[in-house]
Amino acid sequence: MKKEVKKVQITPRRRFFTNIAQSASLGVMGGLIWAGYAEKAKGSTLTLRPPAALEEKDFLRTCIKCGLCAEACLHRESNIDKETLQPRPATLKMAQAQDKATLGTPYFIPTQVPCYMCEDIPCVPVCPTGALDVSSVTNEQNELDFSMMDMGLAVVDPNSCIAFWGIQCDACYRACPLLDEAITLEYGRNERTGKHAFLKPIINMDICTGCGLCEKACVTEKPAIFIQPRELALGKPGDHYVKGWDEKDQKRVASQTGKDMTTRTQRSEEKVTDYLNEEVSYD
Amino acid sequence: MINFSNYKYLILRRISQLSLLFFYFGANAYGWNILSGTLSSSLVLGTVPLTDPFAVLQMLAAGAVLSVDVLLGAVIIALFYGVIGGRAFCSWVCPINMVTDGANWLRRKLYIDKIERKIWVSRNLRYYMIVIALLVSFVTGMASFEIISPITILNRGVIFGFGAGAGLVVAIFIFDLFVLKNGWCGHICPLGGVHSIIGKYNFLRVAHTSEKCTLCMKCKDVCPEVQVLHMIGKRSESVIMAECTNCGRCVDVCDDDALEFDIRNYMKNNLEVTDENVN
Repeated sequence: MKKEVKKVQITPRRRFFTNIAQSASLGVMGGLIWAGYAEKAKGSTLTLRPPAALEEKDFLRTCIKCGLCAEACLHRESNIDKETLQPRPATLKMAQAQDKATLGTPYFIPTQVPCYMCEDIPCVPVCPTGALDVSSVTNEQNELDFSMMDMGLAVVDPNSCIAFWGIQCDACYRACPLLDEAITLEYGRNERTGKHAFLKPIINMDICTGCGLCEKACVTEKPAIFIQPRELALGKPGDHYVKGWDEKDQKRVASQTGKDMTTRTQRSEEKVTDYLNEEVSYD
Repeated sequence: MINFSNYKYLILRRISQLSLLFFYFGANAYGWNILSGTLSSSLVLGTVPLTDPFAVLQMLAAGAVLSVDVLLGAVIIALFYGVIGGRAFCSWVCPINMVTDGANWLRRKLYIDKIERKIWVSRNLRYYMIVIALLVSFVTGMASFEIISPITILNRGVIFGFGAGAGLVVAIFIFDLFVLKNGWCGHICPLGGVHSIIGKYNFLRVAHTSEKCTLCMKCKDVCPEVQVLHMIGKRSESVIMAECTNCGRCVDVCDDDALEFDIRNYMKNNLEVTDENVN
């Protein structure tokens, strides 16, 4: 047999590693594209979820996309059109591929159909996975309590709200299911005319559930009051700001001890002069 | 004249697939509670939970805390297919099966099999897809196959209305028709892979009697997982490979009664092997 010097030997070992590399590269490439798409598909932070939904990150983990909440929403007892005896459109929609929310997850758009805050909250107990957490809308008497819902927070744009212009409008105030609690009217004197009153809607953010009935009722072309997810609508002052006048906030820091931060200078050695209460002589 | 005995299981399968979709649709449209939810997770008669075991695996990988209902539903499904059905989900339940069967039928009518340039893709790709799906779920913290699955898109589309997702169903049809024979169901779909694994040791199997076989090969023509029929005309044994979907198409088209559904007998199979060894 002739000996070929320059021919590369295709050994079984070389074949094995080449095949492994081929399969692995295909897997890695596919996996990266897939993961990239999945990150994008997590959707918009503006998505409004059903009542009692877990925090968005945990919600996306836990929701199995079965649609039982949307079906319960559509067939809720209070949703029958009295004229046709047919159910009206559901609040909860299952996201389709073109929607901004993650494919197959339930969400709602208040300007289309807001959440009517049913007393029996039919959409929540049907959830098989706990992505809609019954305990977050159950009160101390072990009853479902719709006032504990938290889908978002209403925000007023004072520049486009005509009540802030001085035109009388209390559409959102009257539409609110927690009337005079979640939205209150602040009365004020209209200095421009000198003889009219302002009736400005003010959101009480501890009570507002984000149902969106106010957004649906708003009379302006694009609603001047609208729902945003809480984490988007709210800021955060940080733990080190303490309300000195709030007993609850005081208790929060009662157990905390800070190190001595007093600035000491030469003058610190001298006695503090209580010049308001003691007689001070300025010689 | 159509001989209906050649379409028995095909008709039964279409009835099964369509009636499931019909009940799901009615649950949303008319408020029936025979079968509500979707194929991801359902409620039978408003009480018995059924859950897709693969969706549960992905949720676990994503770090979800699982509820009792979901786990119970997945156990019921796994037990049913594990003991009785085998991979029957793919051919008796999954709505995409109708799409890919349609593509296959058209493929045969247009002689595409005979003309096309063959692309070779490993049929084990689906098992790698399971691993990748679980890895991606772990990294992104979200059930990753559930956001691209044409199965749930088609299923939800029928129940809640389609939308742009219908494009993916069309893409699967075109892919199976012109690009790769049995491309989706027979090569890629990780859910099919999961059901192959779950149903590997089930009892209901197609059995072949080689003495009756006339080697017409009609069964191999219609079989979507043709590698499982390796014994045709050679040995009398059950179709025991995990990828058989128990669709019964081979039983339908066989004019010689050489293929029938039977209960897999583990003891008998072992005896046959010893007989051969003795001979």
